[in-house]
Amino acid sequence: MSEMSAQSRGMRDVLLRNFRAMKGRAYPRIIGMNREPSWLFFDTLMPILSIAAFVYIYKAMNAPPQYIGYVIIGGAMTAYWMNVLWAMAAQLYWEKEIGNLQLYAIAPVSTMSVMAGMAVGGAFSTTIRAVSTILVGIMIFNVKFSMASPLLLTGIFVFTMIALYGMGMMFASLYMLWGREAWHISEVLTEPVYLLSGFYFPVKYLGTGVATIAALIPLTLGLDGMRQLLFPYAGDGFIPATHELLILTVLSAIFLVLAHYFLNYMETLAKKEGRLTLRWQ
Amino acid sequence: MTSVKTVHLSRTFKAKKKDGGGIVQALRDVSIEINKGEIFGVLGPNGAGKSTLIKILCTLLLPTEGKAYVAGYDVSRDYRKVQEKINMVSGGETSGYGLLTVRENLWMFSQMYNIPSKAAKENIDRLLKEFDLYEKRNERVRTLSTGMRQKMNMIRGFMTDPEIIFLDEPTLGLDVGASRIIRNFITEWIREHPERTVLLTTHYMAEAEELCDRIAIIDNGRVIALETPENLKKLVTTEFPFTMVATGVGHPERVRELVGNATWKENDEGALKFSMILEDESIIADLVSMIVEEKGKIIHITKREPTLEDVFIKLVGRGLD
Ligand SMILES: Nc1ncnc2c1ncn2[C@@H]1O[C@H](COP(=O)(O)OP(=O)(O)OP(=O)(O)O)[C@@H](O)[C@H]1O
Ligand SMILES: [Mg+2]
Repeated sequence: MSEMSAQSRGMRDVLLRNFRAMKGRAYPRIIGMNREPSWLFFDTLMPILSIAAFVYIYKAMNAPPQYIGYVIIGGAMTAYWMNVLWAMAAQLYWEKEIGNLQLYAIAPVSTMSVMAGMAVGGAFSTTIRAVSTILVGIMIFNVKFSMASPLLLTGIFVFTMIALYGMGMMFASLYMLWGREAWHISEVLTEPVYLLSGFYFPVKYLGTGVATIAALIPLTLGLDGMRQLLFPYAGDGFIPATHELLILTVLSAIFLVLAHYFLNYMETLAKKEGRLTLRWQ
Repeated sequence: MTSVKTVHLSRTFKAKKKDGGGIVQALRDVSIEINKGEIFGVLGPNGAGKSTLIKILCTLLLPTEGKAYVAGYDVSRDYRKVQEKINMVSGGETSGYGLLTVRENLWMFSQMYNIPSKAAKENIDRLLKEFDLYEKRNERVRTLSTGMRQKMNMIRGFMTDPEIIFLDEPTLGLDVGASRIIRNFITEWIREHPERTVLLTTHYMAEAEELCDRIAIIDNGRVIALETPENLKKLVTTEFPFTMVATGVGHPERVRELVGNATWKENDEGALKFSMILEDESIIADLVSMIVEEKGKIIHITKREPTLEDVFIKLVGRGLD
């Protein structure tokens, strides 16, 4: 009995400890990333410019009106993809260069909670950007969204985020192992993912085979689900939104478990090979 | 009470191909024991293995052979337990996030150690004052000078109240003022907390001599001496370097006849400055009476203390740097 409560107190202590670490690591992303007002220009107006390009192409093609909404949602959501690629996957590499990685590694918390802090902070700051992009898009291009199933919509969004950032954490450990070469992977992945995940158009039109493979990128089903719910009349969905939510939940679990496993593996290997620190420090 | 212990500790690395490949032996069979309350110094030339030792003790690197215990825990197996007891600061560290202020950065790192925010902030402010950095608390980290940055790093290490702190060349590249503040802090800290332990590596002889209770000199991964600074210096005290300044010495060559190996030159005030190495200090008495006989006047005689530098040169066969 008393042993049990000691155990649960120990458990609570570990949870609190890791929660604090997560909060600490999220802070620079929440405060730091929004401290210089120039982000408003670069992170909101730049996406609007590329969105505008597609909007005018679709207008010239006489595409159905919901396509303008698709592009706005796609443009906003790809901000998360950029954030995951460059500020999650490639992040540990930076942290090592600066000398932060070794400090996280000697702290009595799991690397996973430090990564979770990065994810929460990154997702928060990116959300501010995504929302501003959507608002500006709505104003300029006069798009009407349907808000028929807010719960399902929120569910899809949240699990898209968990799965996406979970994938980012998993990549982060791989990048640590591969070092500089991994950067090129980020570069190579950027554009094809735009295409595959349906930034430009609904994935349905990629064909079932390609779309199924693309569904491994959490962004794909997330985007498809959100578009279906926001433009229910269009009928451009790949599979029913409820199924997408289910698959996203499973993907979230898989990516988080894999991230945990890879991070542990990476850390142990790096301690064996002396790769957690820069050599000259 | 032992706080750090290594048993036949060795570490090898695969050398980079461009460095010719092969194996680098960074630590060889290191067995040391460090007690609570000690400031323990590790002194050695570049590449001696100082940082490698610290990294193993801080759970950043696994040993290839042997064992290491910190606060009684095995660094390879119980690393989480070790981590709760330690912290580490390196010289030239560029950690933190440039967009955050000094205070925010420190707070962020405190959160990795399960310190409630309020307590952390109070502690940070107190240390900021002690390190004379309080004025800069709201400046962005990227605007700090090297010295300020290192003070911030020191606060980062000490704010978690570690049982054992590892300092890897903490005053590397700092000016006299900043180094002084850091050294004073270290000695004060251990005086106020006699149950804590400091392990520091350094390049600076004077620093090791001033701060450390015991010093391990390592070269090529091996501990070649482990002693108190006084005992280390005894290794080279079989000779006594003396200087004597005197006026009115008509026949300086008589000094040489007496002590055997004196050299002299005239200084700006017209006095003669003799340098000599005495094998037996008792000859000083004869020297003094001889000068008096000559109607000369001794202005001063000084015995130069051997320095750790002398010890180091004797043991390693070359100087530091
Ligand atoms: N990660 C690594 N991979 C390969 N070799 C390494 C690694 N880390 C250290 N070494 C080598 O191990 C030896 C000891 O290095 P270490 O950094 O411990 O020396 P040090 O005494 O701290 O030197 P310095 O005074 O330059 O800081 C050196 O030859 C170094 O090149
Ligand atoms: Mg070093």
